[in-house]
Amino acid sequence: MIPLLRHARYVLSENPVTGLAFGLFALFLVAAILGPLLAPYNPLQSNAAMALKPPSAAHWFGTDQLGRDIFSRVLVATRLDLSIAFASVVLAFLLGALSGVAAGYFGGWTDRVVGRLADTIMAFPLFVLAMGIVAALGNEVINIVIATAIINFPLYARVARAEANVRREAGFVEAARLSGNGEARVVLGQVLPNIMPIMMVQMSLTMGYAILNAAGLSFIGLGVRPPDPEWGIMVAEGANFIQSGEWWIALFPGAALMLAVFCFNLLGDGLRDIIDPLKRT
Amino acid sequence: MLKMLLSRLATAIPSLIGVVIVTFMLTRLLPGDPAAYFAGLAASPQAIAEIRTKLGLDKSLPEQFVAYISDLLHGNLGNSLSTGQPVVAEIATRLPASGELTLAALILAVCIAIPLGVLAAVKQGTWIDHLCRIVTTAGVSLPVFFTGLLFAYVFYYLLQIAPAPTGRLDVFLSPPTHITGFYLIDSALTGNLETFWGALRQLALPAISMAIFSLAPLARMTRGSMLSVLGSDFIRTARASGLAPRTVVFTYAFRNAVLPVITTLGMVFSFLLGANVLVETVFAWPGIGLYAVNALITSDYAPVQGFVLTMALLYVALNLAIDCLYGLVDPRVRLDS
Amino acid sequence: MTAVPALAVDDLSVEFRTRSGTVKVLEKVGFEVDKGETIALVGESGSGKSVTAFAVMGILDPAGRVTAGRAMFGGSDLLAMSERDLAEQRGRELSMIFQNPRTALNPIRRVGQQIADVLVRHGGATSTEAPRAAVEMLKKVRIPDPERRAEAYPFELSGGMCQRIMIAIALSCRPALLIADEPTTGLDVTTQAVIMDLIGELAHESGMATIFITHDLALAAEYCDRIVVMHAGHIVEAAPGRELFSQPRHPYSAKLLAATPGETASLAELASIPGGLPDLRRSDLPACRYSDRCERRLDDCTRPLPRRALGERHMVACWNPL
Repeated sequence: MIPLLRHARYVLSENPVTGLAFGLFALFLVAAILGPLLAPYNPLQSNAAMALKPPSAAHWFGTDQLGRDIFSRVLVATRLDLSIAFASVVLAFLLGALSGVAAGYFGGWTDRVVGRLADTIMAFPLFVLAMGIVAALGNEVINIVIATAIINFPLYARVARAEANVRREAGFVEAARLSGNGEARVVLGQVLPNIMPIMMVQMSLTMGYAILNAAGLSFIGLGVRPPDPEWGIMVAEGANFIQSGEWWIALFPGAALMLAVFCFNLLGDGLRDIIDPLKRT
Repeated sequence: MLKMLLSRLATAIPSLIGVVIVTFMLTRLLPGDPAAYFAGLAASPQAIAEIRTKLGLDKSLPEQFVAYISDLLHGNLGNSLSTGQPVVAEIATRLPASGELTLAALILAVCIAIPLGVLAAVKQGTWIDHLCRIVTTAGVSLPVFFTGLLFAYVFYYLLQIAPAPTGRLDVFLSPPTHITGFYLIDSALTGNLETFWGALRQLALPAISMAIFSLAPLARMTRGSMLSVLGSDFIRTARASGLAPRTVVFTYAFRNAVLPVITTLGMVFSFLLGANVLVETVFAWPGIGLYAVNALITSDYAPVQGFVLTMALLYVALNLAIDCLYGLVDPRVRLDS
Repeated sequence: MTAVPALAVDDLSVEFRTRSGTVKVLEKVGFEVDKGETIALVGESGSGKSVTAFAVMGILDPAGRVTAGRAMFGGSDLLAMSERDLAEQRGRELSMIFQNPRTALNPIRRVGQQIADVLVRHGGATSTEAPRAAVEMLKKVRIPDPERRAEAYPFELSGGMCQRIMIAIALSCRPALLIADEPTTGLDVTTQAVIMDLIGELAHESGMATIFITHDLALAAEYCDRIVVMHAGHIVEAAPGRELFSQPRHPYSAKLLAATPGETASLAELASIPGGLPDLRRSDLPACRYSDRCERRLDDCTRPLPRRALGERHMVACWNPL
């Protein structure tokens, strides 16, 4: 643990951008947890007299076509956007890690089935497949989570498979098997914990993509329904006013979205440098 | 050469089968009664029952699958509810618009990403390397629909140098004679310069938005693979033989470094085809992405499913083409198969 | 002694910058190769043999830097030359072949084309004649069926074949000096002898000077006129092969010889050299980098290394030679 911490400090000093990413991450976390408490206005409260006002001291990010405070909406939306992404990443991790480890550890037909499943998903342009899944399952937030998890599944399954395959013959796994542990126990108790660091890196790397994907789906009207505040749908609403010059409606939720994705991408790169310095590019 | 083509074709078959099965499943997954969905919101019970028989939803799943396959083979993807037209025909007329946009974006992305990646690797640690790092990290973080909107605001509303983000051609211009369906190519072939310029102006912003999004993985891979090739033994040999730096970097290093970049093209196409939907929505680009989004809004499912299938088939074909391209560049693959 | 040596390296020092400090990889390395002479640079891995060659060729890693020294070659100093002028010399006047021939060739370029590239670059042939000239070179390195082999890719050829291609590339412009960096590593034993004989013959034919880098003393003794022994970035002894074998003067050379299986030595008598190479990042490196491992060290050994001439062509850098 101590060498890892020292290495982490080294990576942070080499690459201050990773430190910045950690700072941003903390900010988003606070917004997600305390968002509704911090918001100066009710994000759903419309006010026809205040419609389409540019940013001002009272409304930092301006107001939208219904006179709602955009700053409050952007702030409150953080929780929903991050929850969707986080839930889908966790789901993808559970599905991918378990089936990938099983495939890598047992080989044989398990391996073939998991491999074929991953290949089939990868045969689609991923965003298009997510669209198809949400369209088929129904226009609900939970289906955005499921669709995003499905399109991320192959990544997790492949990484987990490769790592488990390498460790199948490792000494500590052999030792656990010989001391009379069942296969399931060996997989869950020995193999899975050992691939956790690399899976964590994978999770933070896919988090940004998951946010982007979910926001893209709601931008085209899937999943989240108005008037719920969500970054993608807010950009979509703002899109109607771009041509008449009301830039703030789309800009602020879009910028929040961009910053969140940027933060997680940097975080993922940073985590990878800390955990797996050899894969540095 | 032919042998390689055939073996590549064979590897595409499982993907193709997978795609067909998944799209079939998607048509049956509709929550509630699919027939009700296909019939539309205002349909009477009789109409729904009629649709159910017509779609074969009263039959067993295997029978339905056989019917689905036979429909596919006959080029039948059902009819659109809102227009009543066959989905296949509607997709076919919109495909060139999406194709032109996607290819323009790809060419733009490749033209920027590859020189950037090569330069970043050759001049490692200089400002161009840092620029490459910023572009690759920022590029993947930009929501493509957001960049598109920003561009539209800045270049159309503020600077007024770009045309309105409304489709492929200004209303005052008539489309060129249909040859390929690509406005740029058709207008160039017929010598219609005014239309060519108009089409190019309309294409610029959506294509740039998509290119920015997709150039990141290309640049990152080019830089990484160039760096590893430049450090390899045969580059040392080339330098020890006194070959000119240009020959070392381009003929020796780049040709080898481009191989993993070609593989990355698969992922880039996945990005591009997805981004296509969003960018078409932003710029009212009359391609298949916008078609699908409009159908989604009106709960018109046949076009959406036709769209997913078309995109998947296109993607399988593109991956096949990428595989063949790889074989062309790498003799080890070409001669081993 | 012949008038002007083909290559005279003098006082060559090289440093590498790494994350954990500067490594003094070479210190005051000096040796000469006469025209038509074959010398061997021998030493353990990490002793600086290859770095010496890379420095002379001007193909050091970007992290490496020549801090002092000269390498006189054909009347000019290779180390002071501009990269542009040096590139003109490389491949034409001085050439190098490497270990692991299969990775040392461009994997996706036909081997004939790779020879032709060098010929065209140095004006050895025009681009129209080059393919034929390349086939000629393949003939010269005795590759059977050269016309067909010129069209092959490296992965289609054996390791020995690839090394012949490397030799053909290196010798295509008739250089005055060839550096062969462990050219037989990774090849099987019978191929090794064939490759060594081939290099020797071609060198003899053209009066070319050859520097042969190896850790195999027996191979060095068999093929080289003189042997230069390196240890931890220093040259510790230089002597004609037979003299070194019969009468090594530096304690390290003696240990190295004892560690080499010969006809007389049985495996049981093989002495391994105690200790390892010193950590070259140390700031307090002793003047003699062998002194920590040496059984004959004296108080004198802390003084700067001497270069003692013992006879006309025998040099040892030791205060207490055998």
